[in-house]
Amino acid sequence: MIQQIPLEYYLLLSAVLFTIGTVGVLTRRNAIIIFMSIELMLNAVNLTFVGFASFMGNNAGQLFVFFVMSVAAAEAAIGLAIVLALFRAKKTVYVDEVNLLKW
Amino acid sequence: MNWFDIIFYGFALIVVVSAAGVVFSKKLITSAFSLLFTFFGVAGLYVLLNADFIAVTQIMVYIGGILVLIIFGVMLTSRITGVEIKQGTTGKYQYALAGIITAIIAVFLIVMYSSVQWLSAPAPEVTGTVKGIGTLLMTEYFLAFQVAAVLLLVAFIGAAKIAKKD
Repeated sequence: MIQQIPLEYYLLLSAVLFTIGTVGVLTRRNAIIIFMSIELMLNAVNLTFVGFASFMGNNAGQLFVFFVMSVAAAEAAIGLAIVLALFRAKKTVYVDEVNLLKW
Repeated sequence: MNWFDIIFYGFALIVVVSAAGVVFSKKLITSAFSLLFTFFGVAGLYVLLNADFIAVTQIMVYIGGILVLIIFGVMLTSRITGVEIKQGTTGKYQYALAGIITAIIAVFLIVMYSSVQWLSAPAPEVTGTVKGIGTLLMTEYFLAFQVAAVLLLVAFIGAAKIAKKD
């Protein structure tokens, strides 16, 4: 049932999704959009994991997706807390206006 | 063209279009709601890949948790005036550089994925994956499971500490 669609299709879709996420990380200035793009990239990797796991007939790949999701949840919580603290301190969420460490 | 093709292409279209919406839309809240459709489409693809547990986890963790956090972040950090002086993207030079880097990554990934002759196991019969994943979590990957739990605890305590108004 699952092998009606070839594995390459899932991999290509995941590559496209990862590339779109990369564009977002590299071009947007808003820190929250950069977060969303990172989530897109994580989803692309998860899709690859699940694709390989299903075509291998093995559950371990899905387990790794589970761990990636828990790390993504931790990352989102910490990242948004940092963005909130940044907004409180500097009144901006644009990453190029935060240049305290640049000289 | 059978039902699997139609479902796959439908979800793939949802994923790609809404991911492009996340990255290229001008308004922040539009990006956040496009992300909802991306997560939903990826969850549909998981179901198509016979990964029921991961699909439900995707909906509960990503849509129910991370997306709500992101929307709170959007609402708490957007400027009250709503007038954005500058555009939401970087300059021309950065655009060109980002285009080059992205094109390299895309070409590399697509060539790599399509040039390899992937082998696949014979199709297993359709059963639930929950039992297998639970067994693996409690036996072979028990340490990783505990480490992930501690990581989440530490991350949430740290997030509360960072975001607290002092």
